[in-house]
Amino acid sequence: MKIDVEAVAKLARLGLSPEEKKLFGEQLSRILDHADTLKKLNTDKVEPTSHAIPMKNVLREDKVIPCANVDDILLNAPQAEEHMFKVPRIVE
Amino acid sequence: MLNNLTAHEAHSLLASKKISSVELTEAVFAQIEKTENKLKAYVTLTKDEALKRAKAADNNGNFTGLAGIPIAIKDNMCTKGILTTCSSKILANYLPPYDATIVEKLAAAGAAPIGKTNLDEFAMGSSTENSGFHTTHNPWDLNTVPGGSSGGSAAAVASGECILALGSDTGGSIRQPASFCGVVGLKPTYGRVSRYGLVAFASSLDQIGPLAKDVTDSAWLMNVLAGYDPKDSTSVDIPVPDYRMALVNDVKKFRIGLISDLMGKGTDEAVKAAIKDAARKLESLGAIVEEVSLPTFEYAVPTYYLIAPAEASSNLARFDGVKFGHRSSDAPDLLTMYYNTRREGFGAEVKRRIMLGTYALSAGYYDAYYLKALKVRTLIKQDFEKAFKHFDVLISPTAPSPAFKIGEKAADPLSMYLSDIATIPVNLAGLPAISLPCGFSGGLPIGLQIIGEAFAEEKLLQVAYTYEQNTEWHKRRPTL
Repeated sequence: MKIDVEAVAKLARLGLSPEEKKLFGEQLSRILDHADTLKKLNTDKVEPTSHAIPMKNVLREDKVIPCANVDDILLNAPQAEEHMFKVPRIVE
Repeated sequence: MLNNLTAHEAHSLLASKKISSVELTEAVFAQIEKTENKLKAYVTLTKDEALKRAKAADNNGNFTGLAGIPIAIKDNMCTKGILTTCSSKILANYLPPYDATIVEKLAAAGAAPIGKTNLDEFAMGSSTENSGFHTTHNPWDLNTVPGGSSGGSAAAVASGECILALGSDTGGSIRQPASFCGVVGLKPTYGRVSRYGLVAFASSLDQIGPLAKDVTDSAWLMNVLAGYDPKDSTSVDIPVPDYRMALVNDVKKFRIGLISDLMGKGTDEAVKAAIKDAARKLESLGAIVEEVSLPTFEYAVPTYYLIAPAEASSNLARFDGVKFGHRSSDAPDLLTMYYNTRREGFGAEVKRRIMLGTYALSAGYYDAYYLKALKVRTLIKQDFEKAFKHFDVLISPTAPSPAFKIGEKAADPLSMYLSDIATIPVNLAGLPAISLPCGFSGGLPIGLQIIGEAFAEEKLLQVAYTYEQNTEWHKRRPTL
């Protein structure tokens, strides 16, 4: 299986060096070839399992509870201004 | 040496005022001072905080449970105002604004948190070699890996650099390092322990659990960890038993299935011999041991390495340089900022898995890979269900070999992935399992894995406790 490394990296918003592109291309092909062993199993009538334990939606009353301090949260921001996260200009 | 005590031994001495929590905590830090430069088990040490809690426990004087016990926390669990890095450069400066639920529970129990332990970056790996900072060394042989991803926690417990530790297990990350370091590691049933504040890797598989010097300590720590948490919608709201009541030295009439699929050509001879000895030991204690085959196990590794990276690729999308963590200084526009931030911040294995997961979820490949894996996951779960109609617990090696050499598998991701063959099926099915020492080969520990039905941790603990009480393996400690 050959994969289009550049297209996948773009979907993942992941910058890769030329060496990484080559290496990952080879390694991911090998891993996916191994994954192809799953094709040996007939799963036509099998339901998928996304959670091993039965899950249901959990609802709670819509009431206000304290959350982490805004200043503590913004302490981690690479750039912040007036209680907002600052990012490069998006709209010209 | 106080730092080599188990938590329950230390508790007896604390409760009878023969030692203080400050003395115990200082003994742990004295060991860290002595051996940490060789082991590199920790990312961050919190000595001031630990001594503050120890003093508070001494002043309180009411030593119940884990009060006054020094404990290490894997560095993918949020600790308010204390660095939480996931051993990743992208989170090297991250100071969580809140505590994980299990960190709150430890504080409420009066335990003394001594530091944050090293892991494979974002818990992706089986050796700690994928840490963005340093590789942890196995205290039994410094040239070998401690296992992973909770390798720092396992090495710290084995070497007496803590009394107890927390790990997280997505595909074996508690049990495999426990096996490699000769300690006890328990992965609880999915939903038994809150994941709130555990930095998510693969949300349908991740679970927090104890790494300890013996089975008794594991039960004690489970008493603190287990329980429903409104902040984690996947935690399960059912009563929590007193796990200490399961510490009964008796396996008479227990039906135990030895998983034959994990005793074949992929497993070292010495490991097979140790597991067969353990099976005979359990038989001699009154259990009924028979072989059982779970034929879908051979598909578990490829299934896991599609599902876990798919979930990871989604979970790790949040590391984009906007709200926390590293941001590239080369960020002329938003898109370039994402690309460069993630290129600079993530290590090779994390990038590999994000790529693999993104691919498996992408249009045109979703059905062939991701959906196919979810269906095989159903078959693996059904294989377990069939086996548990006949058996109380299942046993197997925890890993196909003892600890491997540092560097041995680092260049070949697939061979590293295949070493998770015995632990991965358990996460896919959401079941509880424990690893405990059952022998040695070439001076390195071997682990016995015991698997139970969902929420049957007590059965695991009883079988593990009985085995431990009738063997001496857990008493061996590495000399450093």
